[in-house]
Amino acid sequence: METLIQQLINGLVIGSVYALIALGYTMVYGILGLINFAHGDVLMVGALTALQTMMFLMGVAPGMSPIAMLTIALMVAIPVSMTIGFLMERLAYRRLRNAPRLAPLITAIGMSFLLQTLAMIIWGRNYHTFPQLISTTPLEPIAGVFITPVQVVIILASAAIMIGLSLLVTRTKIGRAMRATAENHRVASLMGVDTNAVIAFTFVVGAALAAVAGVMYASNYGIAHYGMGFMPGLKAFTAAVLGGIGNLGGAMLGGIVLGLVESFGAGYIEHMTFGFLNSSYQDIFAFIILGLVLIFKPTGLLGERVSDRA
Amino acid sequence: MKKSIVAIAVMSIGLGAAHAQEVVKLGSAAPLTGTISHLGKDLENGSRMAVDAVNAQGGADIGGKKVKFQLVGEDDQADPRTGTTVAQRLVDAGVKGVIGHLNSGTSIPASRIYDQGGVPQISPASTNPKLTQQNFKGVFRTIANDVQQGGALGTFAVKTLGATKVAIIDDRTAYGQGLADETDKAVKAAGAQVVAREFTTDKATDFNAILTKIRATNPDVIFFGGMDAQAGPMLRQLKQLGINAKFLTGDGGCSPEMIKLAGDAINSTTYCSMAGLPLDKMPGGAKFRADYKARFNGEVQLYAPYAYDAAMAIIKAMEKAGSVEPAKYLPELKKISFDGVTGNVSFDDKGDIKEGAVTMYQFKDGTWVAL
Repeated sequence: METLIQQLINGLVIGSVYALIALGYTMVYGILGLINFAHGDVLMVGALTALQTMMFLMGVAPGMSPIAMLTIALMVAIPVSMTIGFLMERLAYRRLRNAPRLAPLITAIGMSFLLQTLAMIIWGRNYHTFPQLISTTPLEPIAGVFITPVQVVIILASAAIMIGLSLLVTRTKIGRAMRATAENHRVASLMGVDTNAVIAFTFVVGAALAAVAGVMYASNYGIAHYGMGFMPGLKAFTAAVLGGIGNLGGAMLGGIVLGLVESFGAGYIEHMTFGFLNSSYQDIFAFIILGLVLIFKPTGLLGERVSDRA
Repeated sequence: MKKSIVAIAVMSIGLGAAHAQEVVKLGSAAPLTGTISHLGKDLENGSRMAVDAVNAQGGADIGGKKVKFQLVGEDDQADPRTGTTVAQRLVDAGVKGVIGHLNSGTSIPASRIYDQGGVPQISPASTNPKLTQQNFKGVFRTIANDVQQGGALGTFAVKTLGATKVAIIDDRTAYGQGLADETDKAVKAAGAQVVAREFTTDKATDFNAILTKIRATNPDVIFFGGMDAQAGPMLRQLKQLGINAKFLTGDGGCSPEMIKLAGDAINSTTYCSMAGLPLDKMPGGAKFRADYKARFNGEVQLYAPYAYDAAMAIIKAMEKAGSVEPAKYLPELKKISFDGVTGNVSFDDKGDIKEGAVTMYQFKDGTWVAL
């Protein structure tokens, strides 16, 4: 029983991070129909910038409290990632907005390589130790279930950010403009919506979420390096598709479901297949679920918009 | 046409050498540039010391003649493709034996070239079992392979750490999986139980799910076959899940990098293994260190003593056979047995060193300490 609950918590923690990243994919897709493959690498830039800031702060002000240091690191990492998100859209994707669909897709893959290579030049190939400023010492176990403060922060912060984003999209003026642009950006621009600004705003918000996710991810595992964005990026993309790409609620649900499936998959796949499959198939398990969902519900768990978009 | 010119050229060099004092070439191949160039240079220095030591006595006594040796050093850049190019160059230069390469990844493809060229090869550093399992006649190594290392790890877990229940994780690479399989066998052979066998990848950072599963089996020791980049975070997650089992890993995690990545999660219940002995524990270690320092004005890094023994093995086999020709001295090399710097040097029928030493290390006071 305690193993079951522990796996549930493992799944929730990693699922929350996936959900945050998936939101960035799904917002951009909803508005532009573009899959921004460089999104995972924005996460990496966020984490490494935060790391650099912390190193600097530890050098100049060694006695600073961990919370203040983490806050400052985030305050630096978020704008840097936002700038990268903005530049990516402005310099690469905007020029290709009316190009065939494949062109921006390939450009996004190119962007991903570009960011990784730049990060490799700046930060080197080695794995870096990421300071774990929020304690990773487990709290007093409840019924044999362990959870660390950093994991609690990840779950709570993700939930808060997701609620905030939902309010932004449904309750504010810019949110209404985003929804209008997603519906049909030509008509929206005829109605007086500055669609270029809306699209840029979407990229910037997505990048900020990625930066937060990157810092959370690195804080939880205690490491960061130039290729760290690739796997979570891919998983989050899967989560976005699972939940129904283009749909905010779908991305959140997809992220959590994927995290749980992975965790339970690794934990129980051996029992379920009577020892035929083992934990080296944990990734395959997640993709089998994805395949099944797409066969029976091609638009994903909550998606409706995909069919008329694609 | 071209071939016959080369043949004549080779013959005339051979004849020329026969008139003057005979000088025989031995090859050394190791990475002399790049990130592990310090280890490669160390390897070459070891072979050079052996050659110098023999030459200083007026040469080796081979077939009634005094024969001197010349070491031809090549740089394989730790790159498989450069490794094969360099191997071909050594074969073309007419070396009678090769000491190298350093990486398993370069040794294995290069061994085919040496086999075709009929040149015996002794690696002082490559540990992948595959190197000596290709049925090539002239491939040897003077360092313990991963099979021997896995065996030592498994025995250590049960006999020394007193484990009755062991959980094993590997990263599904040739190295990690090979090491984990051998450890698994040795644990069972020593009478303990393997309670969990889990898998991850060499790119993963999240191990919570498999570790939670392992926690339910309540093991005394958790073994991981893989590299430090995974072992470090894995150790942190062990602690976060409240698992108190001892942690054991192979040479991939036996690095300063591992200590850095594991942060405050690493403690004295963390152990790792390395092929070979620390210099202080080698029979000829103290003298070797002094000689090395006098000759190169530096400290022995890692592989120099193994390279020294490898070069000595070739020269001693030539003396016994009374010939420098590989075809003649190879049978002697196969059954050679002498006391080298690193201990007794003799090979099994595959070409692996018989008593390959494996040393266990424990984390203590911020560093790895040999047990």
